[in-house]
Amino acid sequence: MVIISCLNGGIDFSGVRAERFEEMEAALGLLRRMPPKQSETALSALLSLIPQHSSDLLSQVDLPLQVLRDTESGKDFILCEYNRDADSYRSPWSNKYLPPLEDALYPSSELRKLEVEANDIFAIYRDQYYEGGISSVYMWEDDNEGFVACFLIKKDGSKSGHGRRGCLEEGAWDAIHVIQVGPEEEEMAHYCLTSTIMLSLATDDESSGKFGLSGSIRRQMKMDLTVAEGHLCNMGRMIEELEGKLRNSLDQVYFGKTREMVCTLRPPAEIVQMRLPDT
Amino acid sequence: RRRITGGDGTKLRPEERNRKVVSPQRSRWRNQLRCQRFKGAVLSDEEVYNEAAMEAFPVYNKSHMICLEMPSRAGDVIVSSYSEIAENEYIDPRTAQVAIVDHVKQICTKVRPANDEELPSLYIEEYRNALDAEIQRYVSESYPKGISAVNCVKGKDTEGPGSDFEFVVIITAMRLSPQNFCNGSWRSVWNIDFQDESQVLDIKGKLQVGAHYFEEGNVELDAKKDFQDSTIFQSADDCAIAIANIIRHHETEYLAALEVAYSKLPDNTFKDLRRKLPVTRTLFPWQNTLQFSLTREVEKELGLGK
Repeated sequence: MVIISCLNGGIDFSGVRAERFEEMEAALGLLRRMPPKQSETALSALLSLIPQHSSDLLSQVDLPLQVLRDTESGKDFILCEYNRDADSYRSPWSNKYLPPLEDALYPSSELRKLEVEANDIFAIYRDQYYEGGISSVYMWEDDNEGFVACFLIKKDGSKSGHGRRGCLEEGAWDAIHVIQVGPEEEEMAHYCLTSTIMLSLATDDESSGKFGLSGSIRRQMKMDLTVAEGHLCNMGRMIEELEGKLRNSLDQVYFGKTREMVCTLRPPAEIVQMRLPDT
Repeated sequence: RRRITGGDGTKLRPEERNRKVVSPQRSRWRNQLRCQRFKGAVLSDEEVYNEAAMEAFPVYNKSHMICLEMPSRAGDVIVSSYSEIAENEYIDPRTAQVAIVDHVKQICTKVRPANDEELPSLYIEEYRNALDAEIQRYVSESYPKGISAVNCVKGKDTEGPGSDFEFVVIITAMRLSPQNFCNGSWRSVWNIDFQDESQVLDIKGKLQVGAHYFEEGNVELDAKKDFQDSTIFQSADDCAIAIANIIRHHETEYLAALEVAYSKLPDNTFKDLRRKLPVTRTLFPWQNTLQFSLTREVEKELGLGK
């Protein structure tokens, strides 16, 4: 049943306003606290409960990225709201919509040039840090004479995927970087980057059994930079910096907190005192 | 057919909302406050909510083995499928009482003495009680806030040697700190199968550890492990000591293994998802060149062919 799946997540509302609040706030509050592995179930449950908010919910909630094969170029590309028009998705490789769509939206030819370059260089970046995986970059003009770019990475790090060391039974990393670039003014531009990372990993071995960690985190970074080196450099550096920070944060702070919690529940014993039978 | 856009035609990623954090509720987080909020906000139909809650809460409570305080300082009763007498009745073998609970409100409303049919025989109780005492001793040493129970799930009416019987040992510890955006739970379930013919105790354990941290993010640990062991069928006291030692041994080892798994994370496990730095051990060379293609420059630097 739809509601059972939400309640099984173990919810608490201590961080939420005391007065009566709207459905959307409550829904987001719930989703923020649901165990990450259950976000998809929770989201679809909420979509059935409050369908009037579905477009808002879908635009505010991140789910693991999906991939489609561009048969023309023989490469995979990532699907998101930013390359979607109706029910078709635009491939960053061929710049064509799949399935084909008439009167579809495209970036300008100048922006498309930047998009092509961004895809090529981001693929190299991706290979350097991820040793595999899939990446895509989409750009479009915004009304403020600037543009918005979305850099996406999807990596399957499991031993059956692209996991080089074979230590993960399960390993998924999804990164969504949306960067809003303001119009150029006196050789400077304003950049606003919002990065979301979703990950889940699981190991299964003799001594520690099934060990699984999953989570998501989102942060923002704003900078005013000179355009002397071009937008791609600026965007690339910001993404690299924020991605690194988020990776470290997840690893040290967030996973660290769960480790702390385990030690709080059952502190490690220095010496195991065993009682022997009297006989 | 056109894409759905925001009001100004752009498709911006919305900022993380600035949530006002209010002072933590005084009452426990798992109380009816949660129900009222969820009910009022997302679901406006009271009847549907009640129907769903009646179905959902017992499932949640039993699988999480929640502990409810019994009135008049009798201690806690563990709500589980092993202690279930009826849908809202759970036995506490230690005090020989049956707690009547309200699943949705997650409280024990009252207790009554367990009747003879609900309690084990004197012979079984001797074994059960001895084990319960040893487990309590272990739990008080090893868990700051642990609660345990020993339930006889099979053969509780056995009058003497010659038959098999089975106990389930439950150890549960929970830390709920929603004001710190952190919750955690440790659940151990140990099945002790007393086999008369072979004079062996077959022991199977299931440990499950969970932790959830959700301050400006959302991260969860989900760890579990199964265990298998055995010991010989002895007197009640000796069995109790042997079983408790086995449990203590496995649980301590498991905790150490978890620590090892955590310590391998940053430099090993995580690397299969994303490295801290490229193999070159430097940041990515995003240089600019307006004349040449950026891509070609970078590939040259990294020594990659096209």
